[in-house]
Amino acid sequence: MKRCDRKVDIGRRWFLSGAGVAAAGAAAATVIPNRAEAGPQLARLSYPSNRLASVGDLKPNEPLQVAYPDADAPGVLLKLGSKVPGGVGPGGDIVGFTTICPHKGFPLGYNSSDKTLNCSGHYSRFDCENGGQEIWGHATQNLPQYYLRVDAKGDIYAEGVDELIYGRLSNVLEG
Amino acid sequence: MTFKRHIGRLPIIPTDAKEHNVTCQFCIVGCGYKAYTWDINQQGGPAPSQNKFGVDLSKQQDAMTANWYAPSMYNIVKQDGKDVHIVIKPDHDCVVNSGLGSIRGARMAEESFSEARSTQQQRLTEPMVWRYGQMQPTSWDDALDLVARVTAAVIDSQGEDGLFVSAFDHGGAGGGYENTWGTGKLYFGAMKIKNIRIHNRPAYNSEVHATRDMGVGELNNCYEDAELADTIVAVGTNALETQTNYFLNHWVPNLRGSMDKKNAQLSGEAHPPTRIIFVDPRRTVTVNACEVEAGKDKVLHLPINSGTDLALFNAWLTYIAEKGWVDRDFIAASTKDFDKAVAANKTSLEDAAKITGLSVDDIRKAAEWIAEPKDGGARRRTMFAYEKGLIWGNDNYRTNGALVNVALATGNIGRPGGGCVRMGGHQEGYVRPDYPGGKPAPYVDKLLLEGKGGVHHIWACDHYKTTLNADKFKQNYKKRTDLVKDAMSSVPYGDQKAMVAAILAAIGKGGLFAVDVDIVPTKIGQACQVWLPAATAGEMNLTSMNGERRLRLTERYMDPPGQSLPDCIIAARLANNLERVFREMGKSDVADKFKGFDWKTEEDAFMDGYHANAKGGEFVTYDRLRAMGTNGVQEPATGFENGKLAGTKRLFSNGKFGTKDGKATFMATQWRGFEAPGKEEESKKFAFLINNGRANHVWQSAYLDQDEDLVTDRYPYPYIQVNPEDMKDLGLSAGDLVEIHNDNGATQAMAYPTPTARRKQAFMLFAYPMGVMGNVVSAGVNELIIPNYKQTWADIRKIASAPGAARGTSFKSWEYKA
Repeated sequence: MKRCDRKVDIGRRWFLSGAGVAAAGAAAATVIPNRAEAGPQLARLSYPSNRLASVGDLKPNEPLQVAYPDADAPGVLLKLGSKVPGGVGPGGDIVGFTTICPHKGFPLGYNSSDKTLNCSGHYSRFDCENGGQEIWGHATQNLPQYYLRVDAKGDIYAEGVDELIYGRLSNVLEG
Repeated sequence: MTFKRHIGRLPIIPTDAKEHNVTCQFCIVGCGYKAYTWDINQQGGPAPSQNKFGVDLSKQQDAMTANWYAPSMYNIVKQDGKDVHIVIKPDHDCVVNSGLGSIRGARMAEESFSEARSTQQQRLTEPMVWRYGQMQPTSWDDALDLVARVTAAVIDSQGEDGLFVSAFDHGGAGGGYENTWGTGKLYFGAMKIKNIRIHNRPAYNSEVHATRDMGVGELNNCYEDAELADTIVAVGTNALETQTNYFLNHWVPNLRGSMDKKNAQLSGEAHPPTRIIFVDPRRTVTVNACEVEAGKDKVLHLPINSGTDLALFNAWLTYIAEKGWVDRDFIAASTKDFDKAVAANKTSLEDAAKITGLSVDDIRKAAEWIAEPKDGGARRRTMFAYEKGLIWGNDNYRTNGALVNVALATGNIGRPGGGCVRMGGHQEGYVRPDYPGGKPAPYVDKLLLEGKGGVHHIWACDHYKTTLNADKFKQNYKKRTDLVKDAMSSVPYGDQKAMVAAILAAIGKGGLFAVDVDIVPTKIGQACQVWLPAATAGEMNLTSMNGERRLRLTERYMDPPGQSLPDCIIAARLANNLERVFREMGKSDVADKFKGFDWKTEEDAFMDGYHANAKGGEFVTYDRLRAMGTNGVQEPATGFENGKLAGTKRLFSNGKFGTKDGKATFMATQWRGFEAPGKEEESKKFAFLINNGRANHVWQSAYLDQDEDLVTDRYPYPYIQVNPEDMKDLGLSAGDLVEIHNDNGATQAMAYPTPTARRKQAFMLFAYPMGVMGNVVSAGVNELIIPNYKQTWADIRKIASAPGAARGTSFKSWEYKA
């Protein structure tokens, strides 16, 4: 069970079914979709500022399943234990990533022994301690990482993503 | 900090976007892609009625969707002089890749020339000549006139042997049937050039001459055979990194236990769990992936002593013959010299174990996996695949023959689930008049080093990165070409007579006039006096075939940069200029040989070349290939019926082989140690084996990737994989720059700690611009002038602590763990 909990891998079947994160029994702080208000057209996408968790929810080197920028975009928050690129929080060690592989959209699993996200589809590997750099694999981009902010209460907010998420031509879905 | 594009949204392909057939321009596999282009001021929308896919793009798309593309698949390029959006994405309907894209191919759009988005600004756009002490832009007429005058004068004084040529002979980018014919007709038709070499080796020869001499053409099976095999034998091939989607789309389903095709096509026999054998000194990510998919008990990795494959194959043949696990009917009906070869190659398991460093049990086990009949007595279907580990390895000719012996003995050629095939590097695309030289062909790089030749035409080759003994080659080549450059600088360019005279005088003193035809400035180009800008795939219509002989047409989807032209058209214009110059010289008999180059387009070259000369070419036209889309036709084409080209799924399926009597010939292939001179001594003198090959992120010699942020961020310097214990002994930390040095020369790389690397066996990138492995490769070749890049030994020492760029990259293991 311990091993299972550690795994971000939410299961290929789940992902292919397109079911919501809540249905997969996600841990704390599942996101409520937060669509940007219609407004002036801007050069950059307007991302929602979503609270994903509180600093206290995170245990060292244990993935917390989240979703961002909406419920159909599974991701993970990690407290890695040492300051890393893109890291926030008191130790600069909290990072967040999409867990949809940017190669072909299979779910990534977290390997706590070397702090990597790994794809069972075609063996791609991404380094959580180095901005999601693709250590080895087929994706033509490094792993999309969240821009995170921690407020005075210790709540962790995601406020943007630095690469295109697999399966959507706009990170913020617009219909 | 890791490279990110900060792109959160891409333009959507509108319903009326133009669609073009594309075959990936890079590796042998030739994945199918589609290029979509549309007006710069238009875009599609998320509603099904607004986009090319006809789906609701406001929803998250599923894994393996056809309805998504990455930022690397998008760009803005010129089409008929106007900016257009372009998306080049993998084609889900192509049977080769079924929608998969590798980290190399799926960046084709981003690796296209774009003024609007500043990608591939390194591309050559104008002819350039050495003037006033530097390379200066000029017109095609001016550049070709100079090239023709100097070339004609050298031929006039030295004969055609004074013209040295380096030219691609393959398909895909920097090749293809149009361009091999264009250059071939020029050098082997209009002229009879013997001193010519190919892009990755110093002579004009086959990498797999033995299998051809045995009557077994090297691309004899189809990719589906990897799905039908009971056992796959992978020799010196790292398919996950170098034939990625062939492996993922055809090997992996079999290893995962997919039975649909076996049950449908091979009923009436047992289908045991698939096994795979690797012969490779190095544990690669391919070995790891197979263990993940098939289970460790179905994967046998034989980490052989480098260069001893021949002894292993002979032991297999001996053991299999002793056991009687051979296909007697096939041997009797379709082959000859079996008994002779078995007698000549007799090698016991024990002797092979001594030579190869493997255990007797593992060698025997491999033989059982290859040939022991299945439950019920059916013959085991075994596919043999090999590539550079064998090709650039010790005793290429005999080793190649020894492996084909095993495949023939077990009846595994021309049959479903079989084949004995090279995996390939580039796609193929060879159609030329016969090479007029001998066998062995001249060792061109050695002749150049010795001061031979007066003029050198280079087509998409870069000896500075892809030759052996490269340190000495470069030093000498620079001296020779500098002689001519200095002479050119001493004369005003506008005085053409004086210019040509000065060049010829310098050539007379040992100088060399070098002309480089390429798409980007190359390393050898730094020494050349003329650069001619070429177009690449997609900037021209281009045909090639892949590793299962699948012929496709990549349709032109964008303009070539600046004034660049397809190689075949450059060859034709050069021929036109040579004809004119020889006529001016009063040599009309010579000039007449250059007739027949009035092509206006690459299609003209295709019809003159492939259509008129290739086997089955008479059935093939651009229109017919266009209609066959990304699945094309497997060569040789055999007819055209009901609007479709018919082809050949497997070669030799009728038991008739490519020899005069139609019988495949077994070969005597006795072990003789390290064949190339000096290798044995080198192995004893230096501490580390410097194994070498490719990186997953990088295509070929990084000629496009050297300018790409994704790649240079990951590997700011070419890596060398070293065992962590060896690194400790050498005082190395991850990312340190090391020098690899021996009596041949020296080069550099970035240390990448690799626990799976064996002690004293390092692996570095081959042909990387910032650390040329060829610098430390000795000049030793086999009897047919095939280089022996793999068996190289050198010492390693630290030259710098990890530079800034190296500190930003990951040094974690490449191996996926479930």
